[in-house]
Amino acid sequence: MDFSYTILIPLIPLALFVILGLFSKKIPASISGWMGSIGLGVTFVLSYYAAYQYYLNGKLNGVYQPFIYKYNWLNFTDKLHIDMGVLIDPISVMMLVVVSTISFMVNLYSIGYMKGDDGFTRFFAYLALFSFSMFGLVLSTNLFQIYIFWELVGASSFLLIGYYYTKPSAVSAAKKAFIVTRFADFGFLVGILIIGYYTGTWDFQELNNPEGSVITNWAATSFMGLSVITWALILIFMGGAGKSAMLPFHIWLPDAMEGPTPVSALIHAATMVVAGVYLVARLFPMYYFVEDGFALQVVAYVGAISSLFAAIIALTQNDIKRVLAFSTMSQIGYMMLALGVSGYHGHDGLGFMASMFHLFTHAMFKGLLFLAAGSVIHAIHSNYLQDMGGLRKYLPITHITFLIAALSISGVPLFAGFFSKDEILAAAYENNMLIYISSVFVAGLTAFYMFRLYFGIFWGKEKEYEHTPHESPMSMTIPMMFLAFMSIAGGYIHFSKYISPDHMPFEAHLNYYLAAIASTVGLIGIVLAFIFYKKENNLSERFSHAFGVFYKWTYNKFYFDEIYLFVTKKIIFGLVATPAAWFDKNVVDASMIGIGNVTESFSEKIKGMQSGKFQDYAMGFISGGVVIAIVVFYLWIN
Amino acid sequence: METILFYILSALIVIFSIASVSSRKILRAVTYLLFVLIAISGIYFLVDYSFLGAVQLTVYGGGVIVLIIFSVLLVHHIELELEVTPLKKKIIAGLISATGLGITLWAIYTFPFTNATTYKSIEVADIGRKLLGYGDGGFILPFEVISVLLLAVIIGAIVIAKGKKLNE
Amino acid sequence: MIEGISIYEILTLSSIVFFIGVYGFFTRENLITVLMSIELILNASAINFVIINTYLYPDFLQGAVFSIFIIAMAAAETALAIAIIINLYKLVASVEVKDTERLKY
Repeated sequence: MDFSYTILIPLIPLALFVILGLFSKKIPASISGWMGSIGLGVTFVLSYYAAYQYYLNGKLNGVYQPFIYKYNWLNFTDKLHIDMGVLIDPISVMMLVVVSTISFMVNLYSIGYMKGDDGFTRFFAYLALFSFSMFGLVLSTNLFQIYIFWELVGASSFLLIGYYYTKPSAVSAAKKAFIVTRFADFGFLVGILIIGYYTGTWDFQELNNPEGSVITNWAATSFMGLSVITWALILIFMGGAGKSAMLPFHIWLPDAMEGPTPVSALIHAATMVVAGVYLVARLFPMYYFVEDGFALQVVAYVGAISSLFAAIIALTQNDIKRVLAFSTMSQIGYMMLALGVSGYHGHDGLGFMASMFHLFTHAMFKGLLFLAAGSVIHAIHSNYLQDMGGLRKYLPITHITFLIAALSISGVPLFAGFFSKDEILAAAYENNMLIYISSVFVAGLTAFYMFRLYFGIFWGKEKEYEHTPHESPMSMTIPMMFLAFMSIAGGYIHFSKYISPDHMPFEAHLNYYLAAIASTVGLIGIVLAFIFYKKENNLSERFSHAFGVFYKWTYNKFYFDEIYLFVTKKIIFGLVATPAAWFDKNVVDASMIGIGNVTESFSEKIKGMQSGKFQDYAMGFISGGVVIAIVVFYLWIN
Repeated sequence: METILFYILSALIVIFSIASVSSRKILRAVTYLLFVLIAISGIYFLVDYSFLGAVQLTVYGGGVIVLIIFSVLLVHHIELELEVTPLKKKIIAGLISATGLGITLWAIYTFPFTNATTYKSIEVADIGRKLLGYGDGGFILPFEVISVLLLAVIIGAIVIAKGKKLNE
Repeated sequence: MIEGISIYEILTLSSIVFFIGVYGFFTRENLITVLMSIELILNASAINFVIINTYLYPDFLQGAVFSIFIIAMAAAETALAIAIIINLYKLVASVEVKDTERLKY
């Protein structure tokens, strides 16, 4: 089988970026949007074709085979080298499908959403750049290649968040996202270098081979009680946590909502933020086998805490995009914890499968939620829940699709989210009771805050709108309908047939007992939301008063931003940077300036020697010659 | 006889060169320079190097001096008196020159020259062979270079002296 | 070789002429007279070439040949210098050294 055509999948968006970027002034807005959409449509088709071909024929003796096309790019030593290439295996193909679907849908949607914007073509160029880097990330064959694309993704997300670059809040949000993820990526880079130094390879196939020297020799080196490889894996996970907005690197995600809403749907719901999950999944055998899965435990707990933490914050936020952002963080925490509780062989790999499954369904319904939220914002020009209410009459399609997505994320039976969430809960139940309980609780919270949004936007009292809200154009509703379809149908795919840690299909069945608990909790959440928010009443205020301090803490996102601000401003800037700046200014700079001043004043004194009279120059020359002659003869005599 | 002649010539050279660098009338200075050049050619004749003496007379006495006189006539009134050099400058220049002279003479007099015992007068034919010889010790290449240089100077001098018109 | 005159006397003479030229080069205020001082310097060195050739190495002719070269160079240099001076005179209507100070700091 030949998968070499998959190289086109990243290259088409790159070509689009170059064309749209270079000629952004020349290409009219009416063409550029369709150019972007057609280009990404081609990648969409190619990705689905690749998935079809791979899942149908990619098996050899019941095991999915990786297909690798690469060439040697940079050589460090005989063994250690950086390759550039394409790796086709079950999870990369699955990610191709996710990324291409969302990119294509968002591109279509943006044609309507961004209409009339000044930087229309520029926006599509950025989208293409982002898609290129994301495809490159997904298809990477080795750690260094993934790192390169990882940073490209970060850079293009910087461009997209800061798209409204005249808005100070957007600029600072872009900076914040970039700096926070960059800081986390520093850990990633150190991890990569450690891996390269101790194992001598960056190639995923060599690293992930359970019988290979890398995994079997993990105990050979140790540092502070842990294997060096474990440290490297934890550092790599730090990079993943940065991109995936896990605690404590989550602070950039809510602010990143300053970008245009399609960007939030593309980057902050479905693609970039799951890069961290993908990274852990990519190195899963290493995480699982090295030091008996110590690093994986870290992943599980970080995921579980983040999901709980984010779900609590999401309860109180009023900006609908921020609620969705925290919801995303919470759901990604789900995926992380599912990876963290997963085993490797056969049915033990349920968590891994569930994580990928949830990644897939989450991409669909969260992308849809963002697009629907964008449609709402497009209609009434506000992000805030208190400005909304009773919109179901004006925005029927948005209403229905939003409802489908909310039901799906809440885990109501027969929707996609139900199946994937159930697999996660089953995996957690089998491995870690504490995490299971917290996850079930989070499932209830999720249902509650999602329906808080739903009732707040589409039901309740109608607010006074500047002009009558109207349904979005076709180019926006069609992608939403497609994603709504996927949010239902996506759950009926038998992921366990396609994806497992050891690439061997296994049978996973719905655990009815656990499913019943989860969906009951979800329904309770929905009912509570119904009681609280269906009609205008003061129940919610009474509750928030009852919780008092706790409510305030939650509303302020547990003061995480303030803590960071304190650390950076007071400690780093105050105690380290200010003395350093003083030293720089008064010692380093001053000495340099002093040298400059002395030179200048001295030259001011002696510049009269440059009289312009050639006779003076000749005189200087001859007297110098005479002096040298005298000295030479004097020395010669003695 | 030759000794006396040499001393007379030396005295002429020194006196007229001093006169030449200190005279305030430019045409007189040129004339003194001419005397110096002629006296130097006399020295060449004394050492039996009559070819060089002839060249000195024709090129310098005939060519260079005439050129200088022409340029003087082009840019000066004949009666023009040159500006007086400031005394300070004269003293400094004199000091430097005197020191340089002293050190040169000291070097000359402390160096033991070993005079050749044989003596041969220089024939014009020898010089011609030397100049055009391309064998061992021949000067054909510098000779050609000098001829090219002279050509370049001819053209360059014309181009420079022609200059641009001021209104351009 | 001049009878009764050693190489020292002649070299003394040429040194004196050389430094008179140097003195003139320093002190003269007019470009043409500066040029004349240069002629003195060149002549002094030409004398040295000839004298050292005749007194110390009479079997060789290098000194003689080089003095011919010096005269050729001197003639060329004079011609060029006078061309420059005349052009300068056209430009600034003066051949005084003090008017050629454009290279000043």
